Formats: sequence, C-alpha cells, structure tokens
Amino acid sequence: MNEPNTDVIQGTLDMLILKTLSLEPMHGFGIARRIEQVSGKVFKVNPGSLLTAFQRLERVGWLDSEWRQTDNSRRAKFYSLTRSGKKQLERETADWNRRASAIARLLKAEA
Amino acid sequence: MSLWRQFTHGVRVLRNRRAADQEVDDEVRHYLEESTAAFAARGLSPDDAQRAARLELGSVTAVREEVRDYGWENIVDTLFADLRYAVRRLRQKPGFAIAALLTVALGIGATSAIFSVINGVLLKPLPYPQSEQIVALRHTAPGIHIDDMNLAASLYFTYSEENRVFQDVGMYAFNTASVMGLAEPEEVPALLVTNRFLAVLGVQPAIGRAFTSSDDDPKSERAVILSDGYWKSRFGGERSVLGRRIILDGDAHTVVGVMPPSFQFLDGHFSLVMPLRINRGDVGLISFCCEGIARLKPGATLAQANADVARMLEMAPAKFPVNPGFGADAWAASRIAPRLRSLKDLLVGDVRNTLWVLLGTVGMVLLIACANVANLLLVRADERRHELAIRAALGAGWRRIARELLLESVLLGLAGGGLGLALAYGALRLLAASGIEHLPRIHDISIDPTVLAFTAGISLAAGLLFGLIPVYKYARPHESDALRGSGGRSLTGSKERQRARSLLVVAQVALASVLLVGSGLMIRTFQALRHVDPGFSSAHQVETLHISIPESQVKEPERAIRMEEEILHKIQAVAGVSAAAATSTIPMDGGSNDPVYAEDRAVPAGSVPPIRRYKYVSPGYFSAVGAQLIAGRDLTWAETYNQTPVALISANMARELWRDPREAVGKRIRPTLKDDWRVVIGVVADLHDDGVDQKAPGIVYWPLLQKNFESSETNVTRSVALVIRTPRAGSPALLQDLQKAVAGVSPSLPLSDVKTLESVYDRSLARTSFTLVLLGIAASMALFLGIIGIYGVISYSVSQRTREIGIRLALGASLRDVMAVFVGYGLVLSGIGAVCGISAALVLTRLMKSLLFTVSPADPLTYAAVSAALILAAVLASYLPARRATRIDPSEALRAE
Repeated sequence: MNEPNTDVIQGTLDMLILKTLSLEPMHGFGIARRIEQVSGKVFKVNPGSLLTAFQRLERVGWLDSEWRQTDNSRRAKFYSLTRSGKKQLERETADWNRRASAIARLLKAEA
Repeated sequence: MSLWRQFTHGVRVLRNRRAADQEVDDEVRHYLEESTAAFAARGLSPDDAQRAARLELGSVTAVREEVRDYGWENIVDTLFADLRYAVRRLRQKPGFAIAALLTVALGIGATSAIFSVINGVLLKPLPYPQSEQIVALRHTAPGIHIDDMNLAASLYFTYSEENRVFQDVGMYAFNTASVMGLAEPEEVPALLVTNRFLAVLGVQPAIGRAFTSSDDDPKSERAVILSDGYWKSRFGGERSVLGRRIILDGDAHTVVGVMPPSFQFLDGHFSLVMPLRINRGDVGLISFCCEGIARLKPGATLAQANADVARMLEMAPAKFPVNPGFGADAWAASRIAPRLRSLKDLLVGDVRNTLWVLLGTVGMVLLIACANVANLLLVRADERRHELAIRAALGAGWRRIARELLLESVLLGLAGGGLGLALAYGALRLLAASGIEHLPRIHDISIDPTVLAFTAGISLAAGLLFGLIPVYKYARPHESDALRGSGGRSLTGSKERQRARSLLVVAQVALASVLLVGSGLMIRTFQALRHVDPGFSSAHQVETLHISIPESQVKEPERAIRMEEEILHKIQAVAGVSAAAATSTIPMDGGSNDPVYAEDRAVPAGSVPPIRRYKYVSPGYFSAVGAQLIAGRDLTWAETYNQTPVALISANMARELWRDPREAVGKRIRPTLKDDWRVVIGVVADLHDDGVDQKAPGIVYWPLLQKNFESSETNVTRSVALVIRTPRAGSPALLQDLQKAVAGVSPSLPLSDVKTLESVYDRSLARTSFTLVLLGIAASMALFLGIIGIYGVISYSVSQRTREIGIRLALGASLRDVMAVFVGYGLVLSGIGAVCGISAALVLTRLMKSLLFTVSPADPLTYAAVSAALILAAVLASYLPARRATRIDPSEALRAE
C-alpha cells in the first residue's frame, strides 16, 4: 500500500489554478482535470479545497465567474482570470521559480 | 479594492442567502456530473461511474459546507442567528428578563447620572476659548491667618504693569445696582469689571462694544453692557438700545453693548456688566476689595505665574502708599503670598471629592447589580446544563456555546444600559428641578457624547462581567461531564455549582456593607451638624430681604439711617411681625474681614492683630435673628445717631482676648491705629457664619453710623439686609405687606434677594444632605439586592437538598434543626461578606474624610449598627426560604426520583 503522494504542494494550489485559467476560462472540474493531466497525474486536486479556493480567489479579485453552457450543454460556472489575477500569477510564478531553484541548488550541493 | 469586493460580495450573500447557497449547490452538483461523465468515458457503467465520482469528491454536504463557510458574512450570519435565539430565550422567561433588566438599568442609570454630573462639573472645560489659560488671582496671608485671600486694587495695577507671564489681567466684583426710569424701580445684580476683563475670558459683546481703558477712568462718561436676558426682558431685544441712557444708582449710564446669550461667569446671575472704576491715584497699598483673573501667555505654567506674582508682590509697597491708620510694616507682617489656581478649580471648589465618592458609591451598586444578574444567569445556565451538554456532545464547540451565553448577557447589559440612560436622564431633570444651589456649573450638566460613550462602555463591560461567570462555569473546554450527573442526584456537582453563587452573595454583602457604613457615617455627620448651634434660632420664622438707599436719593448719612429706622418701624407694624432689624450681611452670608486692635493687648512690632469679621447692625438685630446676648447689652438708636463709639463682639473673640465674656464688657477696641477707641458694650453667642461645618469666626458688630472709622470721617451702611421675625415668613402675602411698608417710606426703593433665614441655613447643609440622600439610596438598593441574593441562594439550596432534608426528617431531626442548617448557612455567607466589607470600609471611608464632620471614618457606633443591620437582614433573608424546608414531607421527598 505504498501509493505515491498526489497532494498538491501546500500553498501552490492558487498558483496552479491561476496558471490553468491563464489559457482560457474553465469550470471547476475542467480545471481539476487539466491540473491532473498536465502534471502527469503527479497532483490530484481535492474538490473541496478547489471549490473553496475559487471563492477565495474571486473575493480577492483575481478571478471572475459566469454561468454558461458547456460543450455538452450543461450549465456550469466558468472562471476566468482578471487583470490583477494575471499580475498575481506573474508574481507567484517568479516567486516559485526563485524558491524552486534555491531548493534544487541545496539538494545538489555536496554534503 | 479587494476589501471592497469582500464587502460587497458578503453583503450580496447576506441579502440573499438562499440564492448564494443554491449557487454553491449547483456548482458542486455540476462538478459531480462532470466527474461521473469522465469516469463513464473511461468505460465504467453509469452506476459505477457515479459511485467512483462520489468517492473521489467525498461527502457532498461536507464540501458544500466547506465552500459555504468561507467569508466574513458567515460570522455575521451566525451572530444574528444567535442574537435571534437569545432574544427568543429571554422572551420565553419574561420574569427573569424583566428582573435582570431592571437591576442592570438601575445600576447603570445611577452610574451614568453621577458620571454626567462629574462630566459637566469636573471634566468639561469652561465655556471660554483656551479656558485652561485663565487663572484666578488668589493669595494667602499666613501673617494674618488668612488662608485664601482675594485681590487688592494695588496688586491689580502692579500685576497689570509689571507682569511677565500674563496676556491680560482683569479685576471684578459682584454688586447690585438699582435701576430707575424703566418700569418699576428694581435692584438688579451687576458684575463690575475692569476694561480687560472680557479680553481675559476671550469673549466679546454680541452687539456693541466692550469696555476700553477710558471706561475705567472715574472722570469719563459712565457706560454699561446689558446681559442678553435683561436686554430681552426690559428692552424687547431692540438693537436701538445702544446709545440709550439709563439711570443706575442715580447716575446716567450709556448702554454700549449686549453680551451674547451664552455668556456666563462663575455661575453668577447678573443683569448688567459695569466698569469697575478705580482712580489709581487714590489706591492705598492695602485695598483687598475685589477678585482678579488673568490669562496666561501661551506655554506659561501655573508655577511660573505663581513665581512671577511672588516677584511682583515685593514691588507693590514701592508703588503704593500704606493706607493711613496702618503701621508701615503691616504689609510685610501679613506675609502675603500667591495662591493662583485655574478659574475652573476656583469654581468647582471642594465639590470634587464629594462627586468622586458618589461615583465610587454608584459604581459599587452597579457591581452588586451585576452580581445579582450573574446569579440569575447562573441559575438559568444550570437549568440548561443538559441542553448545553447535549449540544456539546453533538459537536457544538465550547466557543460557540460561550459566545451564545455571552451574547445573551451582553444583550441584557446593552438593553439595561439603554433603559439606564433613560433613568439617568430623568434623574438629571430631577436634579436640575431641585435646583441644588451648591452644585457649581449645574447648567453644564447634560447627557452629551462623552456620557453616551461612558454608558455604552459600562453597559458592555457589565454584560461581559456577569456573562463571563456562567461561561466560566458551563462553557469551558472539557466541560462535558454535565451529562453524567442527572437531575441533581450528584451532590458534588450541585455543591460545585452552589459555590459560585455563594461567592457572589459574599461579594454582594461585602459591597453592601461598605455602602451601609458610608451612609451611616453621613447620617452621623448630618446629626452632628444639626446639633451645632448656628448662632441664631427658629430660622424658619425669619424673613430676610435687601434694600439700598442711594446717595443720589438721600445724600445725608444720618437721614439715610433714619430712613432705615422708619422702614423698620413700618415693618414692625405689619401683622404677625414680632421683630425687625437691619444688618450689613445676614448670618452665613459673610462680611468684610479686617484686623481689630484691643487697647490692653499689645501687638508685637512687625505684626498685625488677628483678622475679625465685620458686620454692621441696627439695634434689635440680635433678638430678631434669635442670637443670645451673653454679657452686656444691645445697641440703642440714640448711640447710633450720636455716633457713640461702641461695639459688640462674639463670645469666642471675647474669650480669646479676655478669657471671660463678662471681662470683655467695657474694654476698648478699634480697626486701625488712626481710629477712635470703641467700647465693647456686649458679647454675643458665636455665629457659624461660614457654615455649620466651619469654625465660628471672631465677629465684631459695629453700629450702622459711625465717625472716625477705618480712616474715614463718616462710615454709613446704606445697603442693608432686613431681618424680620414672623410666623408668616416665606409667604407671598407677607412679601406684599412688606413691599407696602417700604413703599410707605420711599416709593422708589426696590426690594431684592428675598429669602428666609432657614433657606440660608439649609444651603449650608446642602452638600451633606445631597450626599446623604444619594448614599442612602445607594445603600438601601445595595442592602435590598443583597437580601435578594441571600434569599436566592438559600432557597435554591433548599430545593437542591430536598432529598437530604427528607432523610434527615425521617431519621428524626427536628424542624428547628433543619431550619438552623439553612439560617446558619445564610449567616455564614453574610458573616464572611460583612467581615470583608467592613475591613474594606475601614480603608475606603478614609477617602470620604473631608465629607465628615466630627465623626471619625472608623466611628464604632456606625460599624456596630451596620453589623447589626446586616445580621438582621441575613436572618430574615434565609429564614423565609428555610421555612419551606420544614414543609417537606419526608415520605414524599424520598419517593421523588
């Protein structure tokens, strides 16, 4: 029973959502599936956390939402990135890159 | 921006909770559908796909709740729900709610009322710009034993010319002026001021001009400024009044201005503001005639001002000649020193201490009220402990339950505060209507934003205070064993609960005993003051009024006095009048203070003999006010008209100089070294002229007409108070008769300042009776609440121990024994409370020492009486519920449960 950990790294869910939405507006399940596919199933998003994160991101003004028909003609809530959401994504991406490369350097360093 | 979004979003959710919930619901359902479809696309059967999707999502409800719970509006939402719940629960038990509400309202109302008095009297600044810069120019003169002395004209000029710390210096005096030529002749109060006086206060007339330096010159044309009230009532508020000439004290005065309606000064009532005209060339060094105020330069302190005045006091003797009749060293011997203080301190005086003691008192009543409500809340929480335990078991967090309990009590506190504010408003109206003359700045007392904030603050604090006690008992983390003990079977549990309530009762009794001791001490003070012989008798039968015979009407001094005598004879003929006489100042109304030399008592070089109070009286004065003649005889009219050099003195002065009043008769005294000697012809009983709680001053009574007195050739008392002894005193009919009698002698002579001697006497007791009444009310409330507290605890204890009582009775205990247990318990509780309270009172009552008169703060009689009252109250409060224990039927009690 040694299943690999598929939890999203703490504190990165917002960034992953923003990144995913930077391509096109999407609904909740679409975003979850996109994150799962693009990450090559390394990350699996918890639906509860995802939906709560939408509430939060919308409140701070990084996301807009609107109800409309999906391709398979269901009504769904589509989220899209706002201008300040784009800026936030840039900030978070830069920040993440800085930290990730620092960790990579630390791990590479000879003991 | 994002804060705004948070806000609008939250408000949208609050406004339509159902739509918002629906949206969350829809989104979760859509997620599930998409997820199911995705699983189905991977080849699962519809049923399996749905199961897999649900498994992945987890509990739909949980997710929905998780999403829903995000946002500040949820806190508000549950708060409102709890609030509605709290209101509903309070309405379910209207008896409890009303009792608690009234208790809190009384406590908060009393506290708010006293606080608004403190706010108006002590905290609010005076109604002048930068009023903190205004100082009263008071002095002290240890060399002649005068603690607090006014301002001399010589010093007014010295300070105006030489000071380094003042922007402006002003001098003033209160006086009266008789106005003629308008309707009826009338005597109106006037404020006499030097030309910079209004500048010191920083106020200007509403119309017209202020005084200028030329108005102070006795040679210039006389000017007058009207008060707003006088302008409106006598001149119809016409602007054309400027430039009009009116006759004051027989001289024409030009109206130059009208003060604004808001203008007030030291609570004084005056219709006119007139120039205080003093010729600088005539001023002698010792001329303490008036009062002074000054405005400090910005940044100057009171200490700097005192230092500057000390410096200038040295300069005055070089600038002004010593008055004739005084030794050259009289100035130095008086050792005059500055005693400046802020104008507000001068106005507020010694009422400060009284007010803080009262605030402390009502604060204690509020605490007792809180303890009572806490007790009620504990009983209610106890009744609900099953419900609370079940809710806790079902997953309600202790925080949530604590919040609910606190919300209920804060609601009670705030509602009580609102009601209390209404009570305070009523109390203040009552206070204003009662017209307590001794309270300074009574017109500045109102419910303003400061008072509102204070009331809101204490309401909230009270609500939290009595709410935290049940919270501490019932809504702590791990308070979950309540489910186990059911229906009061667990004795330890009930004992534990009882302990909190017992502690509250002990605290209540302790606070009540402090208040009882306080009011007991005030009662003893009042008694002691009532026992002081004021120096006059049957004051309720003495009417007093004021007349003044102006020089313009009767120029000759002797004729003025003859006119006074004639008026007295006319008044003596009025029905019911048994005696009438004239005096410069009625008892307890003061007089001038000057030294008196005695022929056979040498005064050491470089010092001045002690200061005595001067009063000028007509023959028959002492019998009219009911003062006892201890030795010698009264004046005669013949002596007055002949200007025979005679005088009467008070007994304490006679004893001080000659040990025995009888020895004093025939001795000779005089005011200054230049005057004729005057023979002491009588000695009068002491008069407490400064109030019954003050030492009786040494008094000299001089005739109304004298020659070679205080360095002037003729001394005549033209302005006199008439004292009239009659059972009709205080009645309007008498006043009409008196008016007729005076008009029979001179039709243009106005009467003023009509009052009975008793009202003057009562005023001297006003502060004590005011404090006594308020403390008395507070203490009775405290005792009453304390009794209710004991009663509540004992009756609860009886109801909890029904089974135990049944067993005891069944085993043969007598009814007396059972009752003794409960009465004993009540006595123990109140005993502990009383011991704590009385020990606290021994410390706390020292704070009210300045309010007491000949009574020690540790007065044994008071403490004994309070202890007895408390024991009695405790027995009563525990006997009543204990009697119910005796009605318990043993078989019934054992069968129950």
